[in-house]
Amino acid sequence: MNSKVRSFFSRARLAKLTVSGPPFVFLLLFFLLPGIIMVIASFRYPGEFGGLAPIVSATPETLHGLTLETYRFFFGDAIYARVLFKSFLVALATTLICLALAYPLALLIARSPKKRRDFMVLLVILPFASSFLIRVYAWMILLGPQAALSQALNGVLGALGMAPVHLLFSPFAVLAAMVYVHLPFMVLPLYTNLEKHDPTLLDAAQDCGANAWHRFWRVTFPLSLPGIYSGSALVFIPVLGMFAIPDILGGTGDMLVGNLIKEQFLVTRDWPFGSTLSIMLTLTVLLCVWAAAKLGSTRGHYA
Amino acid sequence: MALLELRNVTRRFGDFVAVNDVSLSIEAGEFFTLLGPSGCGKTTILRMIAGFDQPDAGQIFLNGADLADTPSEKRPVRTVFQNYALFPHMTVAQNIAFPLKMAHLPRSDADRMLKEGLELVHLSDKADAYPHELSGGQKQRVALARGLVNRPAVLLLDEPLGALDAKLREEMQVDLINLQKEVGVTFVFVTHAQVEALALSHRIAVMRDGRVEQVDEPAKLYGFPKTRFAADFIGHINMLDAQVLEPLHGQARLAVPGIGDIMASHLHGVPAGSKGTFAIRPEQVRIGIHEEIQELKNHFRGTVRHFLYRGDVTVFKVSLPNGVIMEALLPNSAPGRAELFEVGDSVSVGWRHDAGVFLRD
Repeated sequence: MNSKVRSFFSRARLAKLTVSGPPFVFLLLFFLLPGIIMVIASFRYPGEFGGLAPIVSATPETLHGLTLETYRFFFGDAIYARVLFKSFLVALATTLICLALAYPLALLIARSPKKRRDFMVLLVILPFASSFLIRVYAWMILLGPQAALSQALNGVLGALGMAPVHLLFSPFAVLAAMVYVHLPFMVLPLYTNLEKHDPTLLDAAQDCGANAWHRFWRVTFPLSLPGIYSGSALVFIPVLGMFAIPDILGGTGDMLVGNLIKEQFLVTRDWPFGSTLSIMLTLTVLLCVWAAAKLGSTRGHYA
Repeated sequence: MALLELRNVTRRFGDFVAVNDVSLSIEAGEFFTLLGPSGCGKTTILRMIAGFDQPDAGQIFLNGADLADTPSEKRPVRTVFQNYALFPHMTVAQNIAFPLKMAHLPRSDADRMLKEGLELVHLSDKADAYPHELSGGQKQRVALARGLVNRPAVLLLDEPLGALDAKLREEMQVDLINLQKEVGVTFVFVTHAQVEALALSHRIAVMRDGRVEQVDEPAKLYGFPKTRFAADFIGHINMLDAQVLEPLHGQARLAVPGIGDIMASHLHGVPAGSKGTFAIRPEQVRIGIHEEIQELKNHFRGTVRHFLYRGDVTVFKVSLPNGVIMEALLPNSAPGRAELFEVGDSVSVGWRHDAGVFLRD
């Protein structure tokens, strides 16, 4: 019997290893290791022609070794914190707008007849069928000064005696595209959550005297918090580091932390400072996730 | 005046008539049960009383007022749902207090009623637990407390015991009877379990295919069913095709093809020549050796085909000369099984002249 138990356990352990092994190795190689490299890089000097200066050098007069220079640089000028904060605000605004747009849609899909739901979900993910960049470039056309939208808007503004506005290359364009690109990431987790709600709970609430308003805010909404949290994370985190959309649709003043990091690596060629900025971005994300988890644990701790 | 009255209520779903011209009147303080197989329309009636569904025709009155234009949340009617429908994100206390909150009661009243509600179902020590931490019976009690906490006029119970195991179900039956007595709220109970209906109710409405077949007290319903369906659905019953020969003062001689004549009672107003079914409960049928049974007015010889030992009783299935299988119960009051008859034994079955009922076709 003993050997049977042992073989059972070892088989279970083997199965566990087979399942968890590959993703573990993958994350180790492509997440943890680069992360460590990044942290080390942030304490090094930039190389003369890009890249990194050596840690140990045979010739003492060349730049080498470890330094806190990049951190001094980051905290020495408020502009970097300001860019980071601005990125945070853009991510927050995008998340909230996505939530406001996605919630009614997800609710509508979840309460549609079962036959129609799959089709509606398909429509939500249909934009993924075309390339991300093409969809962002499409907004250049949509928001361009010759496009119907700009023409109509400026026509109205002109009639009201106000100055015309430029939609493209503006914070508005960035926000619109951010929301557009990330909306499905909010709709899907919300829908998945709302679809699982037991409809008799709403009957029960109504039975207990709750009108439509109370049924939503006291039953549907609190029960959908897990969906809101995961949808928000899926929108907030990528938006915080996004550089392509501000690059394409933003004006010169619309630089976000993602653009800044990209610039350190591809333009300025200051890898250590790029690494520092990346670490700051990661810390911001972790801080937000921690705050959200804290908020979540004080609310619904039910199964 | 009845507290709750259904007048010619009909509800259709497409071509399917779920509730067909049902009229019922339920008194204040009554434990009233809608009994029937699944799909007979009993739950639809409950949903219409609660306000989740509207009748296509007919009216529902509560205290003499038509409920048609009162939305569910405004009706003084509460429901205990089949799966309890407790709010998973609220504690026991929050669940029970929910109707109080929705009624915007003053804080002091609400606190007192919540406390009483918790005590009513003996869950004061579980006030801060979440539903997923409770057993089935406890969830059931939370649902009852939530339904009764601000004393509705009517409490609707939709097969509330269906999800519990047999032992717990019996305990809950006793609890329900006591609870209803204690609070005095009118209960309208829906079930397909006839044992439950008989044990709990003051009156039972037997339903079939959207219609009410019979409304009666449990003992009347069991003893004197008015239709074949009611007779068959509640408990076990033996049925013999029969024709009335000579009715006199409620008694009559009935001709049963293949076995001869029997004497029956309770046949007021049934003319000679009427065809129908003679129905008699197994516990009214005696089984024994021929000499023992001969004293009874109605007695026939037969052969034991099967017997089922049930612990408290043994059920004998005896085939009569016309091929009909008749069930007879023999209580096992002596220690061990009453090992009187074996399969293949020739026996007699008999019953008193006033046992059983005649159901006209």
